[in-house]
Formats: sequence, C-alpha cells, structure tokens
Amino acid sequence: MTEAYPRFLDAGEAALVVEFGAGVDPAINDRVLALDAAILAERPAGLSETVPTYRSLMIHYDPLVIARADLIATVERLLVNAAAARRPGRRWTIPCCYEPAYGEDIGRIAEMTGLTPERVVELHAGATYRVYMYGFAPGFCYLGGLPPQLAVSRRETPRAPHPPNTVLIGGGLTLVSTFSMPTGWWLIGRTPERMFSLSRHPAFLVDVGDALRFEPIDATAFAALDARAAADDIVARREILK
Amino acid sequence: MIGLRVIAAGPGATLQDRGRHGWLRFGVTPAGPMDRLAFATANRAVGAAPDAPAIEVSLGGLDVAAEGAAFSVAVAGGSFRITLDGHELPPATRVELEPRARLSIRPGSAGSWTYLAVAGRFDVTPVLGSVATHTRSGLGGLQGRALAAGDFLPVCEPRCLRPSIARVATPWLDRPGNTISVMLGPQDDYFDADQIAVFLTADWTVSARSDRMAYGLEGPRLHHAKGFNIVSDGIAMGAIQVLGEGRPMVLMADRQPTGGYPKIATVIGPELGRLAQLRPGTRLRFAPVSVTQAVAARQAEAQALMAPLQLEALTRTEFSPEFLLGLNLIGGVSAGREIP
Repeated sequence: MTEAYPRFLDAGEAALVVEFGAGVDPAINDRVLALDAAILAERPAGLSETVPTYRSLMIHYDPLVIARADLIATVERLLVNAAAARRPGRRWTIPCCYEPAYGEDIGRIAEMTGLTPERVVELHAGATYRVYMYGFAPGFCYLGGLPPQLAVSRRETPRAPHPPNTVLIGGGLTLVSTFSMPTGWWLIGRTPERMFSLSRHPAFLVDVGDALRFEPIDATAFAALDARAAADDIVARREILK
Repeated sequence: MIGLRVIAAGPGATLQDRGRHGWLRFGVTPAGPMDRLAFATANRAVGAAPDAPAIEVSLGGLDVAAEGAAFSVAVAGGSFRITLDGHELPPATRVELEPRARLSIRPGSAGSWTYLAVAGRFDVTPVLGSVATHTRSGLGGLQGRALAAGDFLPVCEPRCLRPSIARVATPWLDRPGNTISVMLGPQDDYFDADQIAVFLTADWTVSARSDRMAYGLEGPRLHHAKGFNIVSDGIAMGAIQVLGEGRPMVLMADRQPTGGYPKIATVIGPELGRLAQLRPGTRLRFAPVSVTQAVAARQAEAQALMAPLQLEALTRTEFSPEFLLGLNLIGGVSAGREIP
C-alpha cells in the first residue's frame, strides 16, 4: 500500500499533524524541519507552537483565529519553497569520557557485539549523528546515525538511576541523558556538557536537525570541563555548516 | 510577608498557570490546569487575568490560611466542600481571608479538581516563562513539586474585594452528562472500522490509575489493525492512545510530549475539563464530532468566559452571628452584583 504524503491528520481541533512518511529517514526528517523553519519564519496569526518529530510536524493552533482549512492552505503554499527556509546546519563536537568509570557498560557492549572495547569507542566517536527530535523529558533528544555494529538490544531489566549527563546507546540510537534516571539503555560514556540548563542561555544546547559528534576525553579533561560546564560555560564546540 | 500558608495538603495540590507553552520542541511538557474553564473562572472571580497562577486542588484536599494581611480568594471547579473555620461555603465562592482563618477544601458531591485563586498575584519565579508545576520533570511551582504542609506562597498586591463573602454563579461549570466529544485521529487508520465502532459505543469506566498525566479507561480491549508501534510523534492534550494490550488512555496536562502508541481519537479542547472532573469509577462514552462542531464548542467556551460574572453576597441566615461579626462584613448583605 502506498500512501500519498504529506498527509494532514487532526489531533483534535487545535493541533494539525503534517506527516511526511512512516519511518525514520533523514530525507523525511529534512522535510519536517524545512516546513518547521518555513512556518516559524512566517508565523501565521493563530499559530501557537510546532513540534518537529522524526517524520511529522505537529502544529498547535488556535482555531478561533485560523481555520483548519486556512492553515492547511498556508502549509501547502509554504511546502512549495520550504527547503529554502532552512538555516545552515550546525555541527556540535561534544566531549565524552569513555573510561570505565564513565562508560561502565562498554565491556558488556563489546561482549554483545563481538568487538573490542577500543573498537566500540572508535565506532561511537567516529560517527556523526543527527538530532532527530526531543521527547520524553526536557532536553532528552534522540540521536540517529549509530553505527549498525553498535545496535544492541535493551537491558532485560532497567538499571538504577545513572549519573547526570550520561551518554547511552540502545534501540539503534544514542542519546545524552541530562538528568539522573533509571534506564533500559547501556551506559557508554559521560559528557561534561549540559544538553539542558535552566540557568544558561540558551537553555537547550542543540536544535533538531543539528549534527553531533563525540570526542573522546580522559578523566582529567572531564573534571576540568565539568567544572566549567557547572558554571554554565558551553564546553562543546559548534561549527556552522555551509 | 503577605501570602498564603499551606496548613495541610493532600497529594496533588499544585500551582498552575496557563502552562509552559512554546517548549514542546525541546521535550518540555506544558502542564497547566486540568480544567481550564474552572481555572479561568476562579481567576475571574478575583479580578485576575484568566491565565494567572492559581492553586489546583485534587481530591486530596487543601487547607490554607492568609498570613500578613487579609485578602480575598476565590474557589471554583468541581463541587468540593469548602469551609472557613468550619463554616460551610458554596463550592464556588469568593471570600475574604482574615489572617489565621482556615480555609479548608475537601472533596464534595462531584468533581476531581477545583482551583484557588487570589486577589493579587502569587509571587513565584517562572521557569521557562511559566510557574505551572510539572512534578515529573521537576519544573515550576515550588521547587518543581506539589504543595506540602508548611509551604508559603507570597502574594503581591493583595486586595480585599466586596462583598467579602459571595457565592459565584458558574452555570458554565455545570456540565452534566457523561458523553465526551472526540475527533477521530490522528492514527484512527491503525484500527479497523469494527474497532472504531467498539470505541464509540462501549461504556468506559475511568480507571483508579488516573492522574494529571493520563486517565486510564476500563472496558473492552481494542485490537490494532497494523501493530501498536508507530514512529514517535507529537501528543496533544486529550489524545487517546491505545496501548499494546488494547487499553485506551487519555493523555492529560502532564503527558509526555511525544509517544509511540497509535492515537485512535482526541478529546476536543472544550471537553477536557468535563472529562478531567469525572472521578475514577465514573462511566462515560465517546461521541464523534467534526472539526466544525469542535470549533463551535470552543467558541461557546470562550463566550462563557466573556459573560459577566455574577456574585451573590451571602446572607446572614446562612451564617451564625458570631461568624459574621468575626468577618467584619461591610454593609452586611447586598444583592447580587457584578464585578468589573
């Protein structure tokens, strides 16, 4: 069965879902982000907020200000040139300590994948990830692009809460978990960077669509960067991509 | 310092405003009131902006007292039992709180939530532009948690309003009937027509496992036509997601911002408060409406909030003379009157 995309789906009378596909795919996510940028640039009256996810954009709106049909017409008009609305991408280099005290599951990941621990780190730090979407909790963003060799199944039972700023892998994705919480994923490292800090501007470090890499650091460098990050310095590096 | 002291709080009393909007794209749940019409009504009764901070009180109840000065407060929402130093007041009330007088809010004949607003402004520092409490992520309110005995909420620009004890007429909060309007979607195509029919004709019961995050529904199991995993997408308040084992749940103010279960339908905005007020064990049905009907209901809700608010001063016959002397009533009794 083939579906015609984009599809317009109602999530009640005050939210419209513009769906571009059914799967996780950078090309589909690009279309989501292009429409997001275009509609935020135009800000039609009645637009409340937008929520970009892997393959759809949820548009919250006030139907007493803009009718559903007019919103759809606006979206259809914006889609014609939406790709041009995207700002240049950004690439973040996030320091990450993979030493055993920080990446406590690297040994297990090596066992499960048949790789050496060194190769696990090399693969994780060698890949470039895409920030697909935020969800679950503030600052919790899903990063696609994990090398397939590192795709391991989840833990059988959740682990007790991990330390803040832990880098995890699971479900074919990697992510940075800013807050201490129980997890069914595997701890591969820890970053001194805060993906989310209320006392910093901006509070959220990365945007959906940004690219992200991890750079291995040792425990000494971690301690120094962690002290700076605790004072709300941004310790990750940012490049603007052409 | 002038403010409101929490003397006793059951679980689930939280400070809310219209919600922490604009941050869903960063994984931040808006929170905000479960019953936005009742919340706005309480604020209107004290002359505050309809989205000003107010305390949401659950079936756990709440006892408070003014400190530092007298000021007026209003309560509106479900049919809760309201008492001032043991004297019964109507469920929708505006009353001047003298320091040390104890206002007590307890579950009454119906409803799950009521709102306590102050004539003045709760002086609580906003987080990402809002004081709405989201306990799960620890944002807003007092240190991101529910209110507890001993808490103090400073009140700026406190005012005493006249009449000093009044019943607030809130006909728009009488929302009888247990049929809740929904719009199908966004993932109704994950269910065959016979399952949609079951969803729309079954008697559902509000589960005991219901809270600010979600209302569980007990009833028949719904079968998914093409699996129960979707690639995660956005979740609107009122979305009815159907879990793997076929149980529907309505996602409410404290929902996760995104999720991966198919959403068969969405409770329309103007019906969310009525649904929220249903207690665990209550039966309900869903009825489908078009977007045009949903927008008309939303228009009616907006008009209810524009209508002049009627306040009726309470008469001496309803209170003991000792009680009224203690309240220092000006003019004693007056006919119903509007506030600006």
